[in-house]
This record gives sequence, C-alpha cells and structure tokens, in this order.
Amino acid sequence: MIRYLLGRLAWTMLVIWIVATSVFVIYFAVPHDVARLIAGRQASAETVQLVRARLGLDQPAHIQYAQFLGRLVRGDLGYSFNTQESVNTIIARDFPVTVSLALGSGILWLVLGVGAGVLAATKRRSATDRIITAVALGFYSMPTFLVGQLLLFFLFFRLYMAGFEFFPPGSYVAFGDNPLQWARFLALPWLSVALVTAATYSRLTRGAMLDVMDEDYIRTARAKGLTESRITYRHVLRSSLTPVVSQFGIDMGSLLGGAIVTEVVFGLPGLGREVVQAITTQDLPIIMGITILSTVLVVAANLVVDVAYGLLDPRVRLE
Amino acid sequence: MTSPPRAVVRSRGPWELAFARLRHDRTAIAAAATLTAVVVAAAVAPLIAAAVGHGPAQQYLDVGLSPTGIPLAPNSMFLLGTDSLGRDILVRIAYGTRVSLLVGVLASALAVLIGTIVGIVAGWYGGLVDRVLSRMMDVFLALPFLVFALALVAVVGPSLAISVTVIAVFCWASVGRIVRAETLSIREREYVQAARTIGASPARIMFVEILPNVAPTVIVYTTLLVPGAIVSEATLSFLGLSVVPPTPSWGNMLADAMAYYKVAWWFVFFPGAALLITTVAFNLLGDSVRDALDPRRDQVAPAIGEEAP
Repeated sequence: MIRYLLGRLAWTMLVIWIVATSVFVIYFAVPHDVARLIAGRQASAETVQLVRARLGLDQPAHIQYAQFLGRLVRGDLGYSFNTQESVNTIIARDFPVTVSLALGSGILWLVLGVGAGVLAATKRRSATDRIITAVALGFYSMPTFLVGQLLLFFLFFRLYMAGFEFFPPGSYVAFGDNPLQWARFLALPWLSVALVTAATYSRLTRGAMLDVMDEDYIRTARAKGLTESRITYRHVLRSSLTPVVSQFGIDMGSLLGGAIVTEVVFGLPGLGREVVQAITTQDLPIIMGITILSTVLVVAANLVVDVAYGLLDPRVRLE
Repeated sequence: MTSPPRAVVRSRGPWELAFARLRHDRTAIAAAATLTAVVVAAAVAPLIAAAVGHGPAQQYLDVGLSPTGIPLAPNSMFLLGTDSLGRDILVRIAYGTRVSLLVGVLASALAVLIGTIVGIVAGWYGGLVDRVLSRMMDVFLALPFLVFALALVAVVGPSLAISVTVIAVFCWASVGRIVRAETLSIREREYVQAARTIGASPARIMFVEILPNVAPTVIVYTTLLVPGAIVSEATLSFLGLSVVPPTPSWGNMLADAMAYYKVAWWFVFFPGAALLITTVAFNLLGDSVRDALDPRRDQVAPAIGEEAP
C-alpha cells in the first residue's frame, strides 16, 4: 500500500512536470512579445526593454525555465505580468468561488443523475424510463454554455420580467458573508453544471444497474424473497455505484480546476474566468499557475478514486 | 443414422446483420435522415445564401436592425431573424454547419486514427511498449482539457486547424484505451495464434487480423465521439478560440447572442437548436449502431448460416 502510494505520488509529480513543461514550451516556441503588449503599442524600444527585464523575459529561455521550476518546487507560482500580484494570492482568492460551484453542483448532479438513473432502471421500458432517457440525451448533447443561456433566459429573465428577481447573474457573495445570498447567486450556475453532468450519471447508473440486474446473485436474492426495494437499493444499486464513484472523482477534479464556461456565462469570479482573462492579456504566470493547479487536482482525484476503489471493493488489490 | 437436413441459409456477415438491424430501427432511420439533412444544409449553404440573397458575413445595418439597433425577429426577408450586426441568421447557421461538421468529423477521425494505432500496438506488443504507451495515454487523460486548450490556442492563435488538433489530441487517448483492451483479448484468439504460427508479420497480424475485429467498437465510439467534438468546437468558438469572426460557427453565434438573449430569443434559439438537433442525432445513431453491433444480441442463434453454401 505504502509502495503503491509512493509510486503514484512519483507518477503525479511526473505528470505535473510534463504539463508545466509543455505549457512553458508552447509559450516560448511561439514568437510573440508580451513585453510590447504590456508596455503598449506606443512605447519606445527602451520602455519595452525595461518591461522585458522587469518580467525576467530578457533571460534565455532555459534560465527562465530553471527559475520557473525552482519556484514551482517551493510552491511559488510567480507573479502576474500585468498586475504584479502573486499568482498564489490570485488563486487563493478565486478558488473558494470555484469550490462553491463545484461542490454545490456535485451534490445536485449526484442526486439528480443517480436518482433519475435508478428510476429509469427500475421502471425499465416504461414511459418514465423513456422520458428520463430522452431528457438525459438532450442535456448530454448540449454544451454547458447553452444550458446556462437557457437557464438565464427562463429562470432569470422571464421571472424578472414577471416581477421576481430570484437568481440574478453576475454576482458572488462569500458563504461566510451571507450563506443565503451565496446560494442565491450560485443557484443557476449549480443547476447548469448539474443538468449537463447529471445526464451522464443517469445514463451510467441506468446502464450499470441493468447489467447488475441480470446477475445470478440478484436472482438468488429475489428467490430468497427479499423485497424489491431491498434488492434495488441494497444489492443492485450498491454494486452499480462503482463506475459512478470513479466518474464523480474525475468530474470533481476537473471542475475544481475551473468551470471555465459556467464561470464565464454567469460572471463568477472563479479560477476559470481568471484563466480566460489571463489568456486575453497573455499573462503567462496566471495561465501556468491555473493549468498546473487543475492538473494537480485531476491527478489527485484519480488517485483518490483508485484508493477508494481498493477500500470499497475488496476484490481490487492495489499494487 | 440419418444426417440432419441441411438448412439452406444464405450466409450473412456480421456487418450485413448489423445493417439489417439498423434498417428496422426507426430511431436510427430518423437520426440518419436528420444527419443527412444537416450534411445537405452544409453542402448547399452557398445556395441558401444565393436564394435569400444574403451573404453569411454581410451586415444589413439599415434593414436588418430595428430603428433602435435591435436584431430583427424572423420575418419574410430574414426567415430566422437577424443578429446584432444585422446579419441573416439562417444563412449563418447554414455556414456554421460546415464548421461544426468539419471539425466534429475531422477531429474524431484524427483521434480514432491515433487511438486505434496506439491501442493496437500497445495491446499487441505488451511489455515495455505497452507500459510506455499506456502511461502516455494516462497523461493525456489527466490533462485538464479546456484549460490546456485555452492556453494553447491563446498562444498559437485561434483557427479551424487548431480546434481540430486540440480536440483530437484530447480524445485519442480514450479511444486508445478501449482499443488496447479489445486487442488484449483478441490477441489470445485462435485465429491470431494461427496467423502467428504460419509466420505472419506483426504488422500483418495487427492490421489484417486484429484491426477488423476492433472495428465495430471503433465505429460505435467514433459515432459517439463526433457529437462530443462538435460540442467542444462550439465551446471553443463560444470562448472565441476557434474559427475567427466573421466566419460563422454555431458557437460564436451563441457567444454573440449572449448579450442579446433578453431582447432577441431567436438569436439564441436557432443556432442552439441547430447544434442540439445535430448532436442528439449523432448520439441516437451511435446508440443504435452500438445496439446493432452488440455481439450479445447474436447469442440467440449462433452461427446458423455460417456453414451453409
């Protein structure tokens, strides 16, 4: 177990190094002048040179790379080209927003997705099953930003026109300041992430349950005279949840790295919107920092899922 | 002892059987018909533009906008209304279809090509080759797609080719994983052992013996990959990182519509509907193809016609 974890940790480090290096290489392989961009179009050559020196961009690429890796090892993600703010500070400021979005929608999509999946599987081939499957297919086929736009139209704008302002977009209040407002501003973002993701989960749960229902031990359970609900929840659902757990870990990991589209659509000041802004201003340290953080989160989520597997299912041996 | 009467049954290959099943699947027919219509719309986009007399990037700032500068609702001149610059939404959707289909199909094809080759090679050779390739696939699966795509596009600049590449690069590993798993089990089959015994080269075994047998899985996966790629392209376009305006794509139309959803529902509705109809049709077709090719459905009457003349 310890050896396994150490191996995985080394692997995680390797992935992060590969990602960090690729971002670095991509950035330096392409000729473009950040210093000129920051100094402005009218700036004299001397000013641009000064800016370049201040950002450390006058150093050869390999020196910059070494400095970057050295800082990374110490957990220092550097400073924004544009505002001189520490990337660590920026991430610390944006992360709670993204975490709020990810956790809230995660709970919502688990309830919606698994619930719909169970309903569809137990009422196989019924009208309920067909409706759930059709609705899930619809959301499954839709990009998140489109769901977000639809929610804005129906649940914000139409209600607003009717005289109710329940879910205004474009604001965020920290949970610590006012939990009620926090939930109010996050309701639509939660729902739009949850609807798209729940579609996958209901398909996954339904499929897994239908597979398990054909197993011999379910027939045995039925022959023993167990009630249908006991069979459904204790026997079928329990063993169908394995793929759901693994999917959840991965989705959560990638969502925590920034729900880019949702944050942009609803104007939430999280990591995703930060990275989009950084991209328009070519602010490499921020792009790097957030890319690395989201990689770490995805890889960590994978690790958690694998370890959880070993704990949940005794047949899985970690090696 | 009398020999059992030999039934004269025409031999039908698995492909033929699958096709026969698909022909009786109403959902599959409807999905295929829808997709045909979408392809036709993409092909005749210039004709549509000529018929209504509006170019895809032509701005009708005078007749295409209300006196207060608001997009026009669907009317006899602009059948699906106009956008914020007074452009014809119908014509732009038709041209946008080209972008979506092109990126969706090309990116999926590229991903499937890479994934299939890597998967078969990893599965067939095993050992160190497999370990290295599998690890590589793990790395690509661990990359945060959108963040990484954004970082890349931001530096290289947005273009259609970049969208295709980015989407393919982030999809091939999942194909590779599935193909590798299939190859691992096919490798142990008798016909592969036989081919090996008579001295077939590894390349021949991989691409003549194994490839046709992973093909059904790959085809199903491709059909399901295309809508995903279309959604990814729309998302990149939405964030301004795919085709460059004024070239219309469904994603950048929806991005433009973001600011106008309150006053111009058609601006969101029609591009959104075009996107949704296409992706739903692909997903339905993919599900149907999977059902048709599913070997479990063959178990009812195994190989009846196989020995017949």
